[in-house]
Amino acid sequence: MGRTSTPEELSFEEAFKELEETVQRMEAGDLTLEESIALFERGQALARHCNAALDQAELRVSQLAGIESGNYRQVTSNEEREK
Amino acid sequence: MNPNTEQLSLFGPSPQNPYTISQITRYIKELFDTDFQLQDVWLEGEVSNFSRSAAGHAYFTLKDATASIQCVLWRSVAARQPSLPHNGDTVLAHGRISVYEVQGRYQFYVDALQPAGVGLLYLEFEALKARLAAEGLFAPERKRPLPSFPRCVGVVTSPTGAALRDILHVLGRRFPLTRVLLAPRLVQGNEAPPQIAAALRALQFQPEVDVIIVARGGGSLEELWAFNDERVARAIVASRVPIISGVGHETDFTIADFAADVRAPTPSVAAEIAVPDQAELRNTLRAWERRLAQLMQSKIARERHALKAQIQALRRASPQSRIDVLRQRVDELTRASATHVGHRLALHRERLRACILQLQGMSPYATLARGYAIVRRRESGQVVRSVTQVQTGARLDVRVSDGEFPAAVE
Repeated sequence: MGRTSTPEELSFEEAFKELEETVQRMEAGDLTLEESIALFERGQALARHCNAALDQAELRVSQLAGIESGNYRQVTSNEEREK
Repeated sequence: MNPNTEQLSLFGPSPQNPYTISQITRYIKELFDTDFQLQDVWLEGEVSNFSRSAAGHAYFTLKDATASIQCVLWRSVAARQPSLPHNGDTVLAHGRISVYEVQGRYQFYVDALQPAGVGLLYLEFEALKARLAAEGLFAPERKRPLPSFPRCVGVVTSPTGAALRDILHVLGRRFPLTRVLLAPRLVQGNEAPPQIAAALRALQFQPEVDVIIVARGGGSLEELWAFNDERVARAIVASRVPIISGVGHETDFTIADFAADVRAPTPSVAAEIAVPDQAELRNTLRAWERRLAQLMQSKIARERHALKAQIQALRRASPQSRIDVLRQRVDELTRASATHVGHRLALHRERLRACILQLQGMSPYATLARGYAIVRRRESGQVVRSVTQVQTGARLDVRVSDGEFPAAVE
């Protein structure tokens, strides 16, 4: 399986799930040393990406307008945020 | 059309071919059961002849000034009633009217019951709940699983209520990676149900909306009434994405709660259910990182061990060790043969000496020592054994025991 995307290109969910699979593959063993090292480095990068994503995240809120008319559009409305 | 009615003659009974009692009774029952008005009836009247059977079913009569009707309250329905009526009570009841064939009479089968004039809403609630449940709208197998990591959480609630503030607070604390798409709605009053239903229909098709929260803070039964609306319930059930309800407080159950994929007791809890907790996620990430490092280390240790074993195997298989063995063997043999030859030499040397001694005994020189001499002709070296061999003037060499001297014949 050719892995082309860098962790930064993955969504949090994708990175998180791939990391879980990476741990499972290493748990299963049956790998060459080179494969193990590649997986290990990939796993570290994925974990870094996930942590960084959480560190940098800030809840974004928008409103859905035009519900009655059926002419939906999303409007950013950070004034609804408390604090 | 109905199998129960097909046996009835189109031309009515005749003395030769009368109906059976069962036939006519089934026919009458069918008339009741196919009449929609009789299947969804509200009645108000006074209770009399109230009794309960050993099995737990309740039987009574509802009457007004001029008429009465037999009523049945099955045990399962009776169990749901906060209190059972007494004779003389005026009650409001909902149910359907059908025929009890054995006794040949029509009866009112009650599915909800309330003292008259009190809690009409409650009865409507029970009736709607029973109807939607019978339709299968609340069936567990309809419930959809919630997404693990919703990209966007749709929220249907009042833009000004505490519910929204609570929800945003919880979402921001637990999983700020998600986005919130708010559909600001009225959540009480007559306008609320169609507004909520329209918002649900709109939100589910917005990109990345993976789950929707429909919420309202606590309030009276009347204030929460929008969430007991059939339109809201149907919009929830029809949604493409799973819906979490968080309406009122712990103890408030609305139709929306039953229709939702997950019922949360409050808006805050709805938000908690909607997204994962980043604290747990970080713990999980840490645990996985540790595990990866562990696995890597043990992998390296295993490889190193295997390498050592290989090196040893290689050493065992190397010609060097064989050379060493052979070299040692050569050395041993050399030493062994040297010893052997030494022995032999000593032996021969010993024999030689014996021979020399023996030989010395036979040596002519020993004879010379006793006074004899050997005479040789100088020119030929011939030993002179006879006088005939020499003439006067012949030069000779004379050998005695300790040396030689020249001589001449006179």
